[in-house]
Amino acid sequence: MSVEFGFFLETVISGLMAGVMYALVALGFVLIFKASGIFNFAQGVMCLFAALTFVGVQEKFGLPAWLALPAAVGVMILLAWLIERLVLRHLVNQDPIILFMATIGLAYVLEGLGDLMWGSDVKLLDIGLPQGASDYMLDNFNLYVEKLEVVAAVIASILVAALAVFFQKTRVGRALRAVADDHQAALSVGISLNTIWVIVWSVAGIVALVAGIMWGSKSGVQFSLSLIALKALPVLILGGFTSIPGAIVGGLIIGVGEKVAEVYMGPFVGGAVENWFAYMLALAFLLVRPQGLFGEKIIERV
Amino acid sequence: MKFTKAKFLTGMASGLLAATLLAPVAAVADGHELILPSLDYRTGPYAPGGIPYANGYADYFALLNERDGGINGVKAKVVPCETGYNTKKGVECYEKTKNIGSGALAYMPLSTGITYQLIPKVTADKIPLVTIGYGRTSARNGQVFEYVFNPPATYWDGATVAIKHVIDSEGGADKLKGKKIALVYHNSAYGKEPIRTLQALSEKMGFELTLLPVDHPGQEQKATWLQVRRNRPDWVFMWGWGVMNQVAIKEAASIRFPMEKFVGVWWSGGENDVLPAGKDAHGYKSVVFTAVGDGFQTHEDIKAYVYGKGKAVDASFEERIGETHYNRGIYAGALVAEAIRKAMADNDTKKPTGVMVKDAFEGLEISDERWAELGLANFTGAVKLSCADHRGPSKIAVQQWDAEAKQWSIISDFVEPMDDVTTPLIKADSEAYAKENNITPRDCK
Amino acid sequence: MFYRETGQFKTNYSDDRAIFPIAQDRYGIMILLAIAFFVIPFTVDDYWGNAIFLPLLIYALIAMGLNVLVGYCGQISLGTAAFMAVGSYASFKLMTSFPGLDFSIVVLMSGLITAVVGSLFGLPSLRIKGFYLAVATLAAQFFIIWLVNKVEWFYNYSATGQINAPERTALMFPVTGPNAPILYKYFFCLIIVVLAALVTKNIVRGRIGRQWMAIRDMDIAAELIGVRPLTTKLSAFAVSSFLIGMGGALYFGVWLGAAEPTEAFGIDQSFLILFMIIVGGLGTILGSFLGAAFLWLFPIAFKNFMVDGLGLSTAMSEHLQIILMGGLIIFFLIVEPHGLARLWQITKEKLRIWPFPH
Repeated sequence: MSVEFGFFLETVISGLMAGVMYALVALGFVLIFKASGIFNFAQGVMCLFAALTFVGVQEKFGLPAWLALPAAVGVMILLAWLIERLVLRHLVNQDPIILFMATIGLAYVLEGLGDLMWGSDVKLLDIGLPQGASDYMLDNFNLYVEKLEVVAAVIASILVAALAVFFQKTRVGRALRAVADDHQAALSVGISLNTIWVIVWSVAGIVALVAGIMWGSKSGVQFSLSLIALKALPVLILGGFTSIPGAIVGGLIIGVGEKVAEVYMGPFVGGAVENWFAYMLALAFLLVRPQGLFGEKIIERV
Repeated sequence: MKFTKAKFLTGMASGLLAATLLAPVAAVADGHELILPSLDYRTGPYAPGGIPYANGYADYFALLNERDGGINGVKAKVVPCETGYNTKKGVECYEKTKNIGSGALAYMPLSTGITYQLIPKVTADKIPLVTIGYGRTSARNGQVFEYVFNPPATYWDGATVAIKHVIDSEGGADKLKGKKIALVYHNSAYGKEPIRTLQALSEKMGFELTLLPVDHPGQEQKATWLQVRRNRPDWVFMWGWGVMNQVAIKEAASIRFPMEKFVGVWWSGGENDVLPAGKDAHGYKSVVFTAVGDGFQTHEDIKAYVYGKGKAVDASFEERIGETHYNRGIYAGALVAEAIRKAMADNDTKKPTGVMVKDAFEGLEISDERWAELGLANFTGAVKLSCADHRGPSKIAVQQWDAEAKQWSIISDFVEPMDDVTTPLIKADSEAYAKENNITPRDCK
Repeated sequence: MFYRETGQFKTNYSDDRAIFPIAQDRYGIMILLAIAFFVIPFTVDDYWGNAIFLPLLIYALIAMGLNVLVGYCGQISLGTAAFMAVGSYASFKLMTSFPGLDFSIVVLMSGLITAVVGSLFGLPSLRIKGFYLAVATLAAQFFIIWLVNKVEWFYNYSATGQINAPERTALMFPVTGPNAPILYKYFFCLIIVVLAALVTKNIVRGRIGRQWMAIRDMDIAAELIGVRPLTTKLSAFAVSSFLIGMGGALYFGVWLGAAEPTEAFGIDQSFLILFMIIVGGLGTILGSFLGAAFLWLFPIAFKNFMVDGLGLSTAMSEHLQIILMGGLIIFFLIVEPHGLARLWQITKEKLRIWPFPH
């Protein structure tokens, strides 16, 4: 294996891994969009809030990590219930853009609340996830693979598998799919929209917690964590807002695309191209398939 | 939803209330006070760096008030205004605070972006702008930038001292030929500052410079470090701020880049930058212009007079006194306090104005003995500013992080930057600014 | 009682088509303009000018531009800040390349240049629809900022990529640079914003505006009745970008005076302006002003109240402010989902039958 090819492989692997990390964030968006047609602007802040809560209860109340995790999950479920009670319930049947705006309000509230409760300093998040390069790969194949990201990939696969089972095999999952297809029809067969929303937002909150922990163990938990939502945007657009496999595949494409572009094209044009390249890539895909990679075909009737 | 009259009335009332609230409250307390706005940030993505600095600055003046009864008996009032590292809020804060009481005496925004914004404004309003180790490097030229001061070190000085450290470690300037140095920088005005200097140095010394920009906020730097791994530079310099620092240190450790060859600027050298990286950060270096730790008389006094009496802005900060960003805040406070003292003495007044403080800065001299009198012996180098030279003598050292003991230690002497390299660059940049803005450089004779 | 159109008879078509067909509205707006032109200028100081009125006017102009695209033509855009950057950099290059050029011409030309760039990024809208279109404007957002940050020509080869507005005049009055009196700056922005609002209002209630709205409401149906999507969508992008570009030139030249691309034109700026028009009211000119006022003035008012009034620490006040801001947005949406402008309209309807609501 030539050095140059090995490096290319490394770039692709890193891209795939980064893509998984993006997809973790994108998953939360997809869940909520699928079930309620809301583009949840607050998803990034939810990651921050969840991670802050997770670290905060450890610091303030001295809970061990294995206890802090259910505590954080509990807080996210409580949050979902509150959101449904105080916000969504009052905005049934409004335009998507209004609901989008409501989630912006939500993002503000959560951001302020998180800071107010736990402070704006960087918090160390260490739950013993493996860090750094894999020695085995580095020594035997001279390939640089980050251990944390392998863990992230494993967790993401488990998460997606669990979500798939949940959606396909359980009663609640079927109800969720019914709601995603048609609100009114679902209502008419006796599915409670309110319960479904609480469930979906809880699941999205838990996904946000996982994403927050993965990203937070890399950079410490701090405000910037909420900005990872920006990284999920091209993934979402490419993968289609309504498809869980779309989020994963979109994440992988964006991840590889931007890493390869940055490493091979960046040096010739001065670097820092990965941000816009991700969008250009998504744009190019969309020009061919306007509904996104896995989006449902839009049928328009007059 | 039904829209009731009550709702309408509450709407109107809140509208009126809002209008009155927009007016800035002229905070006039009992008697005369020295107004010192602090455009700080305790929220937003850069809060972890902003908090210790803001605390250092505020605590120093709280100390003067509590221990000495102010400066020559006049109390100092630090007026905090939250900017969130956002230039638009910075402008709002500046306009709001500049006319409080008898007028603001000095500004320090701790943001290169806000500094650039304020340079023309403070010049028009005649209030000194003191940028400690940040801001516009070419403001050193006092002939063009009359109201801007950047003691004791600029980014370009930082870059040259980093190179000096490389020379020392490699064993001679001639060893640099053919070496590779990569600069990982925050892709903004701040991060781009050292590029010119490093380019000039790379031509002079024959090392190869690779530029690797990282976009705000810098959570994801995989591609950057892959390039480092491929190019295998001998040294990596970093101009980062915020989350970018922690991620970069972790990534560098991941690709097994030797930490002792990784040198950050002082803003990439705070405790909050290395602590989240845990033991990975062991051996990481940064250039620095103040001593480390809290082993100074001033720090003891702050603990006793400020925190002991419950006068601190941020009481929970006590155990973190002595962090590097905090010490920079103290440095800034001491500098401004000395300038005000001098302005009072020179003009024989208790009510100095912005112009007087500016004049005082231009003759400011803080010798090593004076630093000792201030309770900061061996804290930093001597200061001596003049009309033409708004930076003065500069002394910069290199510090290294010990992840076991969780503290920085200074590992080199305090050395002077390479002024022969930066002076022509400063001249060129300040002249270009003067030409673009129709400023005639003043005569400093 | 006071707000009633009874007895106001229109005797010709031009009366009937007036922008403000009701006399009270006409007087109201005249009083407002009279205050804006004759009272505010003589009471305004640096704080009120630079921290309140200039940003208010400039944000209103930019929000109006975005409202044309999102509110009237229904094309979502998340690239507003990039188009502001185009306007800013165009004005910077024009100011420094042609020092003698009058600043009002600079602003107009910056608008035109932005219109061209905006139309270019509007092309994908012919194929991509709905929220997916955001990707095209997001590409513009990141690509344009990267470009002006990277290519040294844009910032005249300065060491750090910052740009500074030199002193320039409009009709002999200095309006840019630190020494320009706030009075001139205010008047200059006010005149441009009032003119732009007048022109935009007339465009949106005329043929072009109706075409935009037809496309917004249902593009296929509009196409069937003979509205050409190409020209309609692109004209919306062009007019919108023109206003945003002028706003960008004022934002950088008159208000900020210096700008750093990644910070002054970041994506949070794009979001802020989108929030303004949603909170203010999509598809209304008034909403652009109300939204700009709400999102710019509320945080300042609240900060002053918490810090100076209650003596809270700045950090605490910032946290509370952002929570309250979010809460208020949600509250307003629940009370009236169609924005502040709709709230105002309801108020007017109530006033009409006051004090006998039934």
